[in-house]
Amino acid sequence: MTDPALDIRDLTIALPAGADRDNAVADITFSVATGEILCVVGESGSGKSMTANALMGLLPPGVGVRSGQAMFGGRDILALPEAEKQKMRGESIAMIFQEPMTALNPLMRIGEQITEVFAAHDLLNPAERRARALELVREVGLPDPDKIIRAYPFQLSGGQRQRAMIAMALALEPKLLIADEPTTALDVTTQAQILKLILDLRAKHGMAVMFITHDFGVVAEIADQVIVMREGQIVERGAAARVLGAPEHPYTRRLLDAIPTGRLPEARTLAEVPALEIKDLRKVYRTGGGLFRPVREVRAVDDVSLTVARGEVLGLVGESGSGKSTLGRAAVRLITPDAGQVLVGGTDIAALSEDELRKERHKVQMVFQDPYASLNPRQRIMGAITDGPIARGIPRARAEAKARELLEIVGLGADAATRYPHEFSGGQRQRIGIARALAMEPELIVADEAVSALDVSIQAQVLDLLRDLRSRLDLSILFITHDLRVAAQLCDRIAVMQKGKLVEIGTVHQIFRSPQQAYTRQLLAAVPGAEWNRDGAVTA
Amino acid sequence: MQIAIAIFSRLVKAALTLLAIAVLNFFLVHAAPGDPAVVLAGEAGAADEAMIEQLRERFGLDQPFHVQLGKYVWGIVQFDLGYSFRQGAPVSQLIAERLPATLLLTMTAFGISLACGIALGVAAAARVGKASDTMLTTLALLFYATPLYWLALMAVLVFSVWLGWLPGFGYETVGANYTGLTRLLDILKHLILPALTLGLFFMSVYMRMTRASMLEVSQLDFVKTARAKGLSGPAIRRRHILRNAILPVVTLAGLQAGQLVGGAVLTETVFAWPGIGRLMFESLAARDYNTILGVFIVSAAMVILFNIITDLVYRIVDPRIGATA
Amino acid sequence: MTLWKRFSSNTGAMIGVIILLLVIAIALLAPVIFPKGPWQMVQRPFLAPFSTDGLPLGTDTLGRNVAAQLAYGARVSLLVGLVSTVVALLIGVPLGAVAGFYGSWVDEGAMRFTEFFQTIPNFALAIVLVAILEPTLTSITLAIAIVSWPPVARLVRAEVMSVRKREFVDAARVAGLTRRRILVAQVLPNTVSPIIVMASLMVATAILLESSLSFLGLGDPNAMSWGYMIGAARTVIRQHWWLSFLPGIAIVITVLALNLIGEGLNDALNPHLSRKARA
Repeated sequence: MTDPALDIRDLTIALPAGADRDNAVADITFSVATGEILCVVGESGSGKSMTANALMGLLPPGVGVRSGQAMFGGRDILALPEAEKQKMRGESIAMIFQEPMTALNPLMRIGEQITEVFAAHDLLNPAERRARALELVREVGLPDPDKIIRAYPFQLSGGQRQRAMIAMALALEPKLLIADEPTTALDVTTQAQILKLILDLRAKHGMAVMFITHDFGVVAEIADQVIVMREGQIVERGAAARVLGAPEHPYTRRLLDAIPTGRLPEARTLAEVPALEIKDLRKVYRTGGGLFRPVREVRAVDDVSLTVARGEVLGLVGESGSGKSTLGRAAVRLITPDAGQVLVGGTDIAALSEDELRKERHKVQMVFQDPYASLNPRQRIMGAITDGPIARGIPRARAEAKARELLEIVGLGADAATRYPHEFSGGQRQRIGIARALAMEPELIVADEAVSALDVSIQAQVLDLLRDLRSRLDLSILFITHDLRVAAQLCDRIAVMQKGKLVEIGTVHQIFRSPQQAYTRQLLAAVPGAEWNRDGAVTA
Repeated sequence: MQIAIAIFSRLVKAALTLLAIAVLNFFLVHAAPGDPAVVLAGEAGAADEAMIEQLRERFGLDQPFHVQLGKYVWGIVQFDLGYSFRQGAPVSQLIAERLPATLLLTMTAFGISLACGIALGVAAAARVGKASDTMLTTLALLFYATPLYWLALMAVLVFSVWLGWLPGFGYETVGANYTGLTRLLDILKHLILPALTLGLFFMSVYMRMTRASMLEVSQLDFVKTARAKGLSGPAIRRRHILRNAILPVVTLAGLQAGQLVGGAVLTETVFAWPGIGRLMFESLAARDYNTILGVFIVSAAMVILFNIITDLVYRIVDPRIGATA
Repeated sequence: MTLWKRFSSNTGAMIGVIILLLVIAIALLAPVIFPKGPWQMVQRPFLAPFSTDGLPLGTDTLGRNVAAQLAYGARVSLLVGLVSTVVALLIGVPLGAVAGFYGSWVDEGAMRFTEFFQTIPNFALAIVLVAILEPTLTSITLAIAIVSWPPVARLVRAEVMSVRKREFVDAARVAGLTRRRILVAQVLPNTVSPIIVMASLMVATAILLESSLSFLGLGDPNAMSWGYMIGAARTVIRQHWWLSFLPGIAIVITVLALNLIGEGLNDALNPHLSRKARA
């Protein structure tokens, strides 16, 4: 594999004036060999996507290549005239994107979207195009190709759409496939299937793959070579095994350390007193049901019972649609369950009237997923934290003093109180969200995907904070996440949910070392880099 | 099947809306200062005592309020819009005589404004930031700020009075007694100015909307996918952006239908176009409330018709509707 | 500060502001500049503009000062435009906010009500209302407000529904705040920008509506208005076209100024969107 399919030299991409730095990437040099998968790893803002867009000639307005060349098929593709670039796109370099939900035209049938690749390059006649489209749909493993071809994107699942995207990318047998975070928006099991598909296709077609990701687990699954990018620079490069096993640059090491690995925490002894008891909880969502439409029922939470002991962190794990978020929102009574009890300190939160509930709200608090949506942009931090305590009847002066104290505890400093949310980064906002929850002195905190939206290194810091708070304040936490690796780092016990049912519950050690249920084993196997993680755990 | 159900439920809704408007009409008549019978008869002295007494009896004005309401609404259900004492004819007959002219005018204006508006919007979006785009958007802004009736007057002044190119008055040449194709051409000639002046305002609305929508859709992910597939700029615009961008314009066009029908009152007044808008204007001067309310309810029915049309167009353009039902 | 910066860097918007300030100044100063008012006969009829000293824009069909009529017309246009918009907001904002926030049957009911008013051809309804209530400034303003609020309600509802889904609203609920307080203190402040933009465009539309009603003879007989001037001069357009032309220009300029301001506000308040539109 010495023959480079793509050879990039001294590439610099300039950002428009007023951006937080001058260049998206500066003087980077790397190559991808034919038949090789190169993973470009970095956190958000590292410039990894800009590099891909530059190769495709798809840079956003205002952003441009300042210098450097990219040799591909004997030509510098950065210097090609637009018409040539257009011909090259789809034909010799193809690209797939992160969001399969939005990357397909919602008003066009899947078949049309595939055949137009041929049409755009004036290849084949309509009948041949259709036949090829069918073949491609079959090749990427979509069920019932005849039906899929006539379907619209909204009729497909996320994983199926990504497969359809890959079919389009493969249409003209490109020599290079650029994949920009293609599995980030997918569930773990779907992600595992798509990664396998990409590996299979690489083996079959022998194309070079430039795979952009932020996830070292994914790197461990598929990479031959790795480059690690940070703020527009390549900080480390090498064979995958070497970079993962013996990282040289401190940044790489930090990133790898920050990854929640299979290393399991020491088991702790827990109190017997329950902080939260959920009994036979049920929530059914009904949609449709108009004049002529049948009612459709989805059992989001189907007869689930579990307890969180005082001082315990219980991880609630599942894929999208498993009902984990519904359960969490029922625990804080953001939604009212159809049946069952939510007992907090002996009170059934689910049975209270609106007025009674308001007085009991403080007992269960929530930390939310999206750091950019969970704070009111028009309210100062002080207001965000003290609104609840003041509504509860705590004197303003005391509530404000407490807020300043809490801002110190979560590591922001008391002067953060007078500022507005937009002055803070995502990680800082999550800290504010935690302070807001603590201000109510709750018996239980529900953390709903509280670190999912954060970059790995920031994620690690917030997890550290939670771990620290857990021991200092004896917090009870219901920690909802789709990421088993994150759950393993923080939780005492883990509950696994699937399609509204509780599949399995046990200590972290039981779940990871000897899972009892097939679905749990499947989830564990789908975790990217599962093998590598386990090795890591052994050597650690 | 699904389309049939959709049309049926739309028709049910339309009937309910019209019924509600009938009730509103009834309350408006009673809100007018003075005796409802006098109001209905028109107060310009057209009705004598006996006639008013007759009216009282007919509408049961001596009966309880809800009986009056029931009688009035039942009358409208039977297409009885009352009697115009000024014109000496039933209102429904007056409207029926004038409705074709209004339909011709509004449909033409609607068609022109939608077709040209979308075409110009697409053209402007394709040249965004260039001189031709600036010119188009400035013109649209200008027409958007121009009162319809004034634009109509100025058009009459320039094209009819000064230049003598087109007739500025009426529906066809009075007394010429054209037949067949000659008559058709004559009507078309009379139609040009009213339809254009009525359509220009809405054309600028649709153009601005199309332009904004095209630019917004062109930022979406699937457009990047199309570029990554190697499609050319025009192909991307035609196949991917346009269809998605038109959906909100169709919605808007449906919502604006009411304004279009309202605008017809002004246009018909200026051009002496013998439609129901002109009828309304004449009835205003005569205080012929029965006719005014009749025109009002019929124009509402027209708007509902426009809404159903745009709703069906939407269903054809967007596969997501209906499929999920 | 940055908001003003973005707004003032928009040439069109600044032209709009200057024109609007001029129109407002003329409206306010009308009684000072033309103490005789707009109704008094000052000369013989049909004097052309620029032909007579002291009557820069000539006289109308009854020998009244056209310049004075235009100045007093500005008062009516601006007053009706502003007040009817405020009234429409007072109807539309609470209705849309409650519908969008509480959802379910409240939303269903409020939206059916709004849809009903949106289906009625608004200009025809305005004509009927003014005709039946007798044309006065109050009835005209009220009629315009009644036909203009539905888009406000729809906009506010859509905005409230999108803000309501944001997590800080959940956070406020978990904090134990009352629903009413969440709506007023947390949700509504986040919907202000689009409402401001819409309001500025509504004033423009209201001015057009008022002038149209006056043109049809449904103006307040005691208030001079631009639409009335055009309507009155319509019969003599062949001989004295400027009598129809001048008030029309006054309307176009004022409405254009308001639209330019509305667009400038939109760009300044939603910098993200406008950047997209320019890209």
